[in-house]
Amino acid sequence: MSMTRPIATTRSATGISTGKLAVWWLIASEIVIFGGVLGSYIMHRLGHPEWASQAAHTNTWAGAFNTLVLLTSSLAAVLAHNAAELKDGKKAAKYLWLTILGACIFLVVKGFEWSNEIHHGFTITAHTFWSFYYTAAGIHGLHVIIGAIIMAVIAMDAAKGKDLQRVEAVGLYWHFVDIVWIFLFPLLYIAK
Amino acid sequence: MSDATTAPAAHDAGHGDGGHGHHEDHSKHYIKIWGVLLVLLVASVIGPFIGEATGIQIITLITAFGIAFVKAYLVIKHFMHLTVEKRYIGFLMLTMLAFMLVFVAGVSPDVMKHAGQRWTNDAAEAVVKKGLAEDANGHGGGHDEKKPTEGTPPH
Amino acid sequence: MSSTATAEAHGHDAHGHHEEQNFFLKYFWSTDHKIIGMQYLFTGMFMALVGGFAVYVFRMQLAFPGMSVPGYGRVTATDYNALVTTHGSVMIFWVAMPVLIAALGNYLIPLMIGCDDMVFPRLNRLSYQLFLISVIILFASFMVQGGGFGGAWTAYPPLAAKAEYNLTPLGAPLWLLAVVFEFAAFLLGGINFVTTVMNSRAPGMKMFDVPMVVWMIIIASILFMASVGPLVAGAVMLLFDQTLHTGFFDPNKGGDPILWQHLFWFFGHPEVYVVLLPAMGIVAEVITTFARKKLFAYKTVLYTATGTGVLGFFVWAHHQFIAGIDPRMANIFSVTTLLISIPVAEMIFVYIATLYGGSIRLQTPMLWALAFIAEFLVGGVTGIFLGASGADIYFHDTYFVLAHFHYTFFPIAFIAVFAAMTYWFPKMFGRYMNEAWGKVHFWGTIIPFNFIFIPLFLLGARGDHRRIYDYTHFPDLMKPGMQDLRVLATLSLVTLLAFQGVFLVNFFYSMFFGKKAEANPWKANTLEWLAPSPPPHGNFPGGLPNVYRGPYEFSHPDRQDDYWPQHVEGNQS
Repeated sequence: MSMTRPIATTRSATGISTGKLAVWWLIASEIVIFGGVLGSYIMHRLGHPEWASQAAHTNTWAGAFNTLVLLTSSLAAVLAHNAAELKDGKKAAKYLWLTILGACIFLVVKGFEWSNEIHHGFTITAHTFWSFYYTAAGIHGLHVIIGAIIMAVIAMDAAKGKDLQRVEAVGLYWHFVDIVWIFLFPLLYIAK
Repeated sequence: MSDATTAPAAHDAGHGDGGHGHHEDHSKHYIKIWGVLLVLLVASVIGPFIGEATGIQIITLITAFGIAFVKAYLVIKHFMHLTVEKRYIGFLMLTMLAFMLVFVAGVSPDVMKHAGQRWTNDAAEAVVKKGLAEDANGHGGGHDEKKPTEGTPPH
Repeated sequence: MSSTATAEAHGHDAHGHHEEQNFFLKYFWSTDHKIIGMQYLFTGMFMALVGGFAVYVFRMQLAFPGMSVPGYGRVTATDYNALVTTHGSVMIFWVAMPVLIAALGNYLIPLMIGCDDMVFPRLNRLSYQLFLISVIILFASFMVQGGGFGGAWTAYPPLAAKAEYNLTPLGAPLWLLAVVFEFAAFLLGGINFVTTVMNSRAPGMKMFDVPMVVWMIIIASILFMASVGPLVAGAVMLLFDQTLHTGFFDPNKGGDPILWQHLFWFFGHPEVYVVLLPAMGIVAEVITTFARKKLFAYKTVLYTATGTGVLGFFVWAHHQFIAGIDPRMANIFSVTTLLISIPVAEMIFVYIATLYGGSIRLQTPMLWALAFIAEFLVGGVTGIFLGASGADIYFHDTYFVLAHFHYTFFPIAFIAVFAAMTYWFPKMFGRYMNEAWGKVHFWGTIIPFNFIFIPLFLLGARGDHRRIYDYTHFPDLMKPGMQDLRVLATLSLVTLLAFQGVFLVNFFYSMFFGKKAEANPWKANTLEWLAPSPPPHGNFPGGLPNVYRGPYEFSHPDRQDDYWPQHVEGNQS
């Protein structure tokens, strides 16, 4: 059931578009969520040097490849924004779909990575290092999935030239998810 | 990076070309930034190898973590355009980060350290010792469910 | 249900709803902020009955240990723990927050800033639905085997993490899941509120023309957003400890239970300001209207509220003074805790200064607002004792703490809410509440309230520990007079609960049969009083207003009327 947008949504006393402003606030609250997870992990990791032997079993190449994937998907997202600015909805949609493809590759790699680790006995309960590993990367992965879904909806609209301003907003969210991974990568994979 | 490359903020009037539907195509700039990010990624993977090999831990720290900050900054500035956004948005983000630092600062004396002024966390210290001993024996534990050690919880 | 909101706006059709919606769509699938506000309000009121029932049962157990409680039966120790947990969790998460922030925020914000809805109406509807899901999950937790969670609303591990300790293997994770859904609902709601206020203000409404209650709800939303993150992380970790047997909080597996405490209280302390600030905002609206006087120092209140909120992030470990935290941290947190009393006191002083010299009318909303100031003061002052870590060594986990936080929470969750309800009822339902019965309800609440908690202060000082289900086992706590105080508190509670029946009857009767109210019965200045009572879909049938002055221009010397609404044209300094 479609709903006419209220006049409220069209106002902009700050000069920032409503959707974008909302995403910045969303990012602000997500900083604290991930900050809580990562802060807890960091404190434990620093207090438990013996976790290094567990951390040694993470797959650095998978992590590095996934970082590459996410960075590239961020490029796609910003190119989508660029296209939207130029009012080219079809191109914006195309780049958004590429971003989503990046998300899918990321998740597939993660799937292989995790199943391999679980196969070797490194389950979430095997050791508290792995508890943090799966939880932190899992919460991040959840954000990737949700972001990809929302992005797909926006891509479908953008292809029809509708609501192009949302391309930038979802891109901002995506870059944030990328930045979280940029820090997760050294924390989980390099800190050995 | 040249400064003419600050990409326009969407929807705002008064930025760049006044928002009258006439935006420049910044794709080349974004691709350039992406290239830099990839170089940094490579450095951040190779660096720790060198750090491990030479045993100089600071190399690992700078390349793995220091570069992470640089990568994040590049994404923030060039992809998210935070530097041309209204200033309070950036302050908002920094404030949230500051709260996280307050959190870690307030909690680490209890969680990260295992002894302090007139207290020790015996259980944690036992676990650390046991873990390091196992590592020294070349045999990291942690396959499936570990048998809990006898340890009294702190406090 | 009310007849608010969805009457078609006459001729003013910016909304494309040409068909009359059926009952279900109109009241359960609406995106209208007023309907959603009502949904939160009625849900919150219902949950207050749940929380009130829980406290009735366990206080009866304390007063008459071992006896069958009318309406419940005998209370076992496990029952007691579950009741205490339910009371605390429900009152904070499912009554105070939904009513103060979600209900009042949703209802008032678009009206008070002069627009036609929130900026994201469908997100708004989703927020309520997530909230409703959290209520359903919570009720599910009561009905599963083992019963509802009994680890207190603070859910410390290892009790909260291990089913062999808490005896509620299903109830504990369900409770946690309910809390997580509630948090998600409020995060989304907060984003909606803040974006709406930042962007959709009426033309001419500058930052300092925004009514204080709107500011307070916004600051509260921001505080919530900034503080809940670590607890969300912690909740996931606790959930995994409960269900997957990970060891995040298990020292034997390299975890740390103190980490949970920190994660919890890092949120838990700002949370009290999250609920306090909207309550103070309500009181500001009421006292200015009923003293016919502008707020004594609007900017001071605003900056102080912000300062309180920020400072509130630096005090959390005062809940953990004797938990085994590093004593040096206890020193630091003691200092910050004592400091935070200053800005809060500052706001109270400004309110008193606002009243001073005003033309005070003691109608029911004003009675509640005045009671808030008096009772909250007691709560605040007793907090000073607790903030000193040395004194807290004795007081921690005694009824002294409990009485302290009830002298703060009860004003926040009930006194200020009754002020809001009696004040905005005419706007919401287009009818007056009965004034005489309102006063009966007021006195029937305030007097018993004090007779509940003053005895509890005394008992706490004498050593009554919290979360004990039967004091007869403790000879030191059965000294002469002590059990009498417990009985007095319980009987006063039963009296207080009985008087809430007066409110409920008044509320629902007036909704349908009360005297009809005009748009601005209290002759106030803020924009919601321009809209009809009740406002139709779209809020302002005559068109969205512009704003020409601040919200508290009462008794202006150049004016004949003692009020000057914000939307009326004319110049103003």
